[in-house]
Amino acid sequence: MKTRILGFVALAAVMVVTAVALFVVPPDGNQGDAQRIMYPHVASAWLAYLSFGVTALAGIGWLWKRDLRLDAVAHAGAEIGVMFTAFAIWGGMMWGRPIWGVFWQWEDPRLTTTALLLALYVGYLLLRRLTDDPERRATRAAIVGIVAAIDIPIVHFSVEWWRGLHQTATIASPDRVLDPAAPMAFVGTLLGTLAAFTLTWLYLMIRRYQLARAEVAREEAVRLDRLMSARTAEVAR
Amino acid sequence: MSTLRREARIALAVARKDALAELRGRHATVSTLFFAAVVLLLFGFALGPDAARLADAGPGLLWLAVVFAGILAVNRLHLLETDDGALEQLALYPVARRAIYAGKALGGFAVMLLLGLVVLGAVGVLFAVDIGDAWLPLLATVVLGAAGVAAVGTFYAGVTVRLRAREVMLPLLMLPVLAPLLLGAVKATSAALTGDPFGELGAWLQLLVAFDVIMIVAGAATYGYLLEDG
Repeated sequence: MKTRILGFVALAAVMVVTAVALFVVPPDGNQGDAQRIMYPHVASAWLAYLSFGVTALAGIGWLWKRDLRLDAVAHAGAEIGVMFTAFAIWGGMMWGRPIWGVFWQWEDPRLTTTALLLALYVGYLLLRRLTDDPERRATRAAIVGIVAAIDIPIVHFSVEWWRGLHQTATIASPDRVLDPAAPMAFVGTLLGTLAAFTLTWLYLMIRRYQLARAEVAREEAVRLDRLMSARTAEVAR
Repeated sequence: MSTLRREARIALAVARKDALAELRGRHATVSTLFFAAVVLLLFGFALGPDAARLADAGPGLLWLAVVFAGILAVNRLHLLETDDGALEQLALYPVARRAIYAGKALGGFAVMLLLGLVVLGAVGVLFAVDIGDAWLPLLATVVLGAAGVAAVGTFYAGVTVRLRAREVMLPLLMLPVLAPLLLGAVKATSAALTGDPFGELGAWLQLLVAFDVIMIVAGAATYGYLLEDG
């Protein structure tokens, strides 16, 4: 019941910030209406990193405590993280087209890092699907999730360098809006979007966690069932 | 005997076992080298026949060929262990897991180093890249790059060796993680080849060293979990 209330609150919050971001906040002086994409875009990117952090921590927790509930948390984090990563990339491309003139900008370190992030965690989810035994799956997933999380800063750093050693980017980055000089309306809308999206994230995490637990319980039931019928057949013979 | 020396001996024993199996006719190295050669040839067709363009693309093609062939190499080194339950035997040895990881990675490193040097030579010949003057920084790049591929590859081969869809999953998991290594190695190689006009070679080599150290530590720390119940 509490989760359901959280869901409704999150939905209402997202509706409010959507309306504010679309109709209340004035368009950006340079970028026009395209700048409005920044609000959900930044929120999605933040939640993607949060999710993958949760996955890595839950993975460490599993290796330490051997509690399958932690593995369910890791699973939920990875799946929701992939969703928000894809959403962040999509939003970035939609913004890039009118502002940069292209969908894809190789010189932007964040964009290329995020694309690799998506590949890393899609691999993680596929690996989970290919392993049947719950404890094996948890262990494999945990260490792959930990190494992926270790890789993220190295990737980011190297891509930043890759660009930086050549020329400095002249492109306006969406994050400049967070500048102290930025008008309060922009900052307030961004913070509101962050809060609303994080509430939604929390709701999704709880639901996905419950689902993951149910999936494991069902797997277990099927396995026991199979064992029992095999035993019964043996006894009958 | 100190712990470090004992573990180094174990690692060497594991690597020696792999080397012996390889020498006694597994031919993994030969097929890996040929695969790399075919990849280079196909790159030539894909970008060809403009010589200047091929020479420009040389460093990138070099490292792509090494990384692609490296997937085969590390996979073969772990496949070796699935025959007759050898992996389970390996897990039963009462020794530190990180020593076993180090041994497997060392074997992988030897193969990758050979591969890197041969591919470097082949790129020099096929794409008319002059490697004579810059041999020292190039050698350093190949050593660091080979170590990184071996460290990451050994870890992910351990993750995927018992999977049914191993052939797909190994590259899928390994290649995105190797992205910083690819970037650093390509940049270091082209800096070395052009005489390092911007003085960036040292920075890229440092990136490779950092990547190698972090991945070796991560692999050594987690490999035990893989052997136990991965």
